[in-house]
Amino acid sequence: MLKENLVLIGNGMAGVRTLEELLKLAPDQYNITVFGEEPYGNYNRIMLSPVLASEKTIEQIMLNDEQWYVDNGITLHKGKKVEQINRARREVIATDGTVAKYDRLIIATGSLPFMLPLPGADKQGVIGFRDIKDVDAMLDAARRYKKAVVIGGGLLGLEAANGLIKQGMEVSVVHLLDTLMERQLDKPAALMLQKSLEERGMRFLMEHSTAEILGGERVTGLRFKNGSEVKADLVVMAVGIKPNIELGKSAGLHCERGIVVSDTMQTITDPKIYAIGECVQHRGIAYGLVAPLFEQAKVAANHLAKHGIARYQGTVTSTKLKVTGIELFSAGDFIGNDTTEDIVFKDAASGTYKKIVLQDNQIKGAVLYGDTVDGSWYFQLMKDGTDISAFRDTLLFGQAHLGDSGHNPETRVASLPDDAEICGCNGVCKGDIVKAITEKKLFTLDDVRAHTKASASCGSCTGLVESLLAHTVGGDYSKTPTSKPLCKCTDYTHDQVRGGILQHGLKTMQAVRDHFEWTTPDGCPSCRNSLNYYLLCAWPTEYVDDAQSRYINERAHGNIQKDGTYSVVPRMFGGMCTSDQLRAIADVADKFQVPTMKVTGGQRIDMFGIKKEQLPAMWKDLSAAGFVSGHAYGKAMRTVKTCVGSEWCRFGTQDSTGLGVKLEELTWGSWMPHKFKLAVSGCPRNCAEATIKDFGVVCVDSGYELHIGGNGGIKVRVTDLLSKVETEEQVLEYCGAFCQLYREDAHYLERTAPWVERVGLDKIKQALEDTANRKVLHERFLISQQPAQIDPWKQRAEGAEANEFTPILIEA
Amino acid sequence: MSKWIEVVELNKIPVLGSRLIKTREMDIAVFRGSDDQVYAIRDACPHKNGPLSQGIMHGTSVTCPLHNWKIDLTSGQALGPDEGCTNVFAVKVEAGKVYLNLD
Repeated sequence: MLKENLVLIGNGMAGVRTLEELLKLAPDQYNITVFGEEPYGNYNRIMLSPVLASEKTIEQIMLNDEQWYVDNGITLHKGKKVEQINRARREVIATDGTVAKYDRLIIATGSLPFMLPLPGADKQGVIGFRDIKDVDAMLDAARRYKKAVVIGGGLLGLEAANGLIKQGMEVSVVHLLDTLMERQLDKPAALMLQKSLEERGMRFLMEHSTAEILGGERVTGLRFKNGSEVKADLVVMAVGIKPNIELGKSAGLHCERGIVVSDTMQTITDPKIYAIGECVQHRGIAYGLVAPLFEQAKVAANHLAKHGIARYQGTVTSTKLKVTGIELFSAGDFIGNDTTEDIVFKDAASGTYKKIVLQDNQIKGAVLYGDTVDGSWYFQLMKDGTDISAFRDTLLFGQAHLGDSGHNPETRVASLPDDAEICGCNGVCKGDIVKAITEKKLFTLDDVRAHTKASASCGSCTGLVESLLAHTVGGDYSKTPTSKPLCKCTDYTHDQVRGGILQHGLKTMQAVRDHFEWTTPDGCPSCRNSLNYYLLCAWPTEYVDDAQSRYINERAHGNIQKDGTYSVVPRMFGGMCTSDQLRAIADVADKFQVPTMKVTGGQRIDMFGIKKEQLPAMWKDLSAAGFVSGHAYGKAMRTVKTCVGSEWCRFGTQDSTGLGVKLEELTWGSWMPHKFKLAVSGCPRNCAEATIKDFGVVCVDSGYELHIGGNGGIKVRVTDLLSKVETEEQVLEYCGAFCQLYREDAHYLERTAPWVERVGLDKIKQALEDTANRKVLHERFLISQQPAQIDPWKQRAEGAEANEFTPILIEA
Repeated sequence: MSKWIEVVELNKIPVLGSRLIKTREMDIAVFRGSDDQVYAIRDACPHKNGPLSQGIMHGTSVTCPLHNWKIDLTSGQALGPDEGCTNVFAVKVEAGKVYLNLD
């Protein structure tokens, strides 16, 4: 089949993008010929500003080099301007006489800088800012001259002015209005922008209208309508662009501001001729930005490939200023009117301004200055017409805060690719979750957990999953109620159940289940664990622990591993040890043929690969050597990490190891709502990393800083300062009281970090700074510690719970 | 012909808990419900062979300690949205003794 001829006039971004799209759809359909006025391949015109600022080179902004045309069998006539289209003969004629026949023609002649028709505008040194030639002229002027004036305080003008400053010129920007970039910014944002540009040395002549360009052959200055003058060796006119329709007009195509096209990007005059990009007027709009032209290219290519299904329906545009160090974003209707509402955040000191215009809970426009990270997110919400009422209260804080009500990881859910892993524990990707939500019609977090396992393990990705759910199902998302029931067996919350245990003197799990009318006879793994802990905490000397309501690690007093074996971590108080102790551990490891040993993050020694039935015998040996359980497996006090302190360290201010040992002697064995870690650093250098622990002590010369609520886990949280005290006794009292407050107040499986965020630091401070209350809490902690500090390993080494560790062997 | 093997006294199994039985062929977990009903199931979760004997029992199911799959002790089927199945064995209690049938 004979190929048809396709000719493209204009070797710019719009036209070449159309060819690229076309080659994807129908690589062999046309013989393609391209005419380009500029003597280059296709380059990224929007990156000219960085070239002017010497942040990029021409080579770096080339999109398609000449080899690309060769590779795709495209004839490129570069440096040739088409001066005539003969529609009757279907051919185009270039100034040098080159003729090309077409069956289909694309006009992509772009736009021209709008040059003000001022007296003297034809002098040397007066240029626009549109192509590589203009950039070269500016760079050349910067080498030889000093003063530049840019007429126009819009996007293009400011980018040009910024580039010229970078090239060492003194630059003044002349603007007709009283604020910059009035088409993209509202007044507060424009003023912040002006201020930061002034700090970079840019000068502004606001509300100045140019009357005349002065000089002889070359420009020397400007005179304004108010009579004032300014000197200039270079004048850049950046007051706007106009569609380059000269060629289209001469070919008899209907033009208004631009060449008028239909939704298929065909000119309304001649369906064999397509027009695309900045030379085009579509539904009354001539675009001057890159996003619309890419969309237009897709549509035109689709039509050229004779798929004929795509229609261009206009583009909602957004703007970013390409001035390094200035973050600015705007989109849509950012001014608003009587029917819209604004949400505004402004912090002049940090240079941040955000304004979102809403109408009927949909985003209509946005201006961001200083912090534009969420620009694309707002833009997406705006284009999608998303109802934002569910997260309106956190909208301004960005996508990172969506569904993130406390101790949850940052979210960028909407922008994540489908293969992004959401749940690290269970290896669940975004795509899996979205698929499950849509295919199985899931509406609640529990559903998602049940079907995908996402956020069903450590739970740290709960916020992420919730926001994914909200994002996927939109308004139908059943938001998890803020007061969650303790588990599926009851409608009562953790706090209600705990309150009831104390108030009604409920002392067994069955009593609690009966009182609160549990829906299951013996609870579920979730409430069994919780209730066992709550009862233990409430009645430390009376309640009989129920081993079957504990997770296997706490029942077996070791950490179950993937192969069903256990790990054993003996306690080493404060991370201190003696050679005898190390020798004893080594002997145990030899005797039980421990395959792997490792030093833990909490400064302990971990022995892996122990069979369950070996545990009591191993503990017997460790016990004989003076070791007790390290509780490395429990929702319990884990370790006190220390640095070496004043005993040896030349910076140490206090005896951090000694204090660490005392703290561990006070707290070991304590069952907690979740794991609980401590550290003592001997000086503010903080080598023990005390400020990411549940309870951290930082020694200073004058005493001890007490820090709480830190976490070094999935989401790092730095501690809050609780208090500063002068003696070790005070540290111990505060520590015991804090532990008890956490034990009595936090929900089961809630670490101190989210607990502190949930109840607020103030409440905790108040409870602990009241001396009487602190002493009462500390006292209660000591009482609960009496039964807790009976070493579980020693008990089991002596035969307790033997059935747990003894398998039944049968000959069959 | 079925063959019942005596394995353990009922009161040596904790209520809502289990004992691990090691046979030549495989490991089997024997669970005891709150109503003294007894269940025997292969000690390997259909998911990643987690030792079900180490899990928490509730009602007539057990939650695997490794990844929280819930397995029905009467059928060996994974519950809820998870899919999978492990073997269950006939078991009975007579005169306070638990008998297992491996056929």
